[in-house]
Amino acid sequence: MEMLVASGIGVLTAGGMYLVLRLRAFPVVLGLAMLSYAVNVFLFSSGRLATGMPPVLNKYAELDYADPLPQALVLTAIVISFGMTAVLVMIALGSYLESTDDSVNVTPADADGGAAASGEDRDGEDAR
Amino acid sequence: MNHWIVVPVLLPALVAPLLAWVMRFDITLARVTSMAGTVAVLAVTLGLFVLSLDGEVRVYRLGDWEPPFGIVLVLDQLSAMLLLLTAILGFLVLLHVIATGWDARGRHFHALFQFQLMGIFGAFLTGDAFNLFVFFEVLLIASYGLMLHGGGAMRLKAGLQYVIMNLAGSTLFLFALGTIYATTGTLNLADMALKVREIPLEEAALVRVAAMLLMIVFAVKAALFPVQFWLVGTYSNAPAPVAALFAIMTKVGAYSILRVYTITFGPDVEATGTMPGDWLFWGALVTTAIGGVGVLGARGLMPLLSFAVIGSMGTLLLAISAMTPAAAVAAMYYLLHSTFAAAALFLLADLVVTRRGSDTLDARGITAQNGLFAALFFAAAIGMAGMPPLSGFLGKLLVLDTIRTLDHWSWGWTAILVGSLLTIVGFARAGSALFWKPTALPPGEPDPARKRVLIVDDDTDTASTTREVAIGRAGPMALAPAMGAVAMLALLAVFAHPVSIFLEGVADQLFEPAGYLALIPAPATGAGG
Repeated sequence: MEMLVASGIGVLTAGGMYLVLRLRAFPVVLGLAMLSYAVNVFLFSSGRLATGMPPVLNKYAELDYADPLPQALVLTAIVISFGMTAVLVMIALGSYLESTDDSVNVTPADADGGAAASGEDRDGEDAR
Repeated sequence: MNHWIVVPVLLPALVAPLLAWVMRFDITLARVTSMAGTVAVLAVTLGLFVLSLDGEVRVYRLGDWEPPFGIVLVLDQLSAMLLLLTAILGFLVLLHVIATGWDARGRHFHALFQFQLMGIFGAFLTGDAFNLFVFFEVLLIASYGLMLHGGGAMRLKAGLQYVIMNLAGSTLFLFALGTIYATTGTLNLADMALKVREIPLEEAALVRVAAMLLMIVFAVKAALFPVQFWLVGTYSNAPAPVAALFAIMTKVGAYSILRVYTITFGPDVEATGTMPGDWLFWGALVTTAIGGVGVLGARGLMPLLSFAVIGSMGTLLLAISAMTPAAAVAAMYYLLHSTFAAAALFLLADLVVTRRGSDTLDARGITAQNGLFAALFFAAAIGMAGMPPLSGFLGKLLVLDTIRTLDHWSWGWTAILVGSLLTIVGFARAGSALFWKPTALPPGEPDPARKRVLIVDDDTDTASTTREVAIGRAGPMALAPAMGAVAMLALLAVFAHPVSIFLEGVADQLFEPAGYLALIPAPATGAGG
């Protein structure tokens, strides 16, 4: 099980890293989502991997128990990364609509000054 | 427990939703409420600051859970000082924003501003690593909104990069926290400090990895080389008053490094030893150099100031990297100074850039109050570059004096001194292009810059009335915050002796953390009162 979880985290992280380093906003958003999945599984496993154990201390017998704290941490991390991804998608969309391409880098058209450049680009798009 | 400790977090958290949902259509009411909230929080932080002067470390147990299990807020002198600094800066920035009408150029400025304050206060107060992550996210998500305030293609694109960078940083933060929890079994900073000192050296590899991962996360926040690239694009495309508020955000990173690598992973921990400081030193060295070269090469006022901020962070982190009490005093003095210096310059840049219509460093038509702006810029630039008589000189002198304990101190001296020289040359060039050359242009010629402002504003500015106000002479309300920030530099210089005596007490709490460690983990029940 350890091998499976570890390689799962590794593959997710590697895929996420690759996508984050892409030039366009959409793959980058997907990459950050994959990274957040990877880190969620990683946090989950930081309380050691166990199956079939009670989630809290059992006061009637000396039993092993699953650590409940990582589960709370994962829940917080999921909520935050979910909200952050939504914000990121909105900003990426706004940036795409303002500048007519979804590249993450600042393009010469952006640098010329927002309103004028995007106006020209939109005219060009209409002509096509 | 003293319940006033939680007020700096709670008050903005209560004011912000009110502003967002109840007062969204009434800008006057929103301004009054936001200002009242900020002044109230300023009073509370002042009270907490006075309270902390007795040297006791106060703990606030949220939900009254015992410390290693529950989340705690900790008020020691360092956090009290930074709370007060944030509140003063927030007050100045808010005054500027209201006087110049920036808050009417988009929606929800005041609500985002209050959430931003809440996140920063929380990050300074918390004594729990995961809670630190949560407050980082609070301040970041508010900063995304503030950075995009007013809109525009360039600002959105720069904002996208800023968000991506910080999301990657947050992911790294979670990896670091997971590793720390897996090795020490705790996330409370003080409890962690006790646990990592018990880990034998041969099992310390994972702790070392976690400590350095955390260092990278804080380095992203503090704009340390090689993860400083986000700062220039963000600060120079953000609204200038927001950039002034962001002057404290890089300090959150510096504070976290100072806190975590003295109390938790201090130089006396076998597992990590002097490694964090050693790496920090070389990173800070290059950061200082990048700042100096960037100031010299910048072609716009806002990028120039952004590189000056990077340079000042480099100097600050060089002092922190020495990891001695004396160097920490120098670092904290320089932290106070550089926050106000950066804020003064960005607030002034807003006034100047709005009137010129462009932030490129070239000679344009002379603006209203040219002499006054020139004098203020001169004073703030002297402070930022580190020339006498303002506090920058004393701060850099302290840093130079205290990093002599390092092995490679000559490198640090070279970086700081050459960086300062480049900064002086860069600021002199910028000042003469902005304020001096225009006086030589023939008066009364048509001014292309003004027209461009009108066109751009029609596209992006929702409240067209603010434009008319902004182009004319700056009123006393608009000038007061920038002047106030410069006055703080002068006060820091005049009261350098009492301030440094106070900072020595702060450094003692950091490097002899008996008070911090004793109050948090449970053994003494009922601790903290």
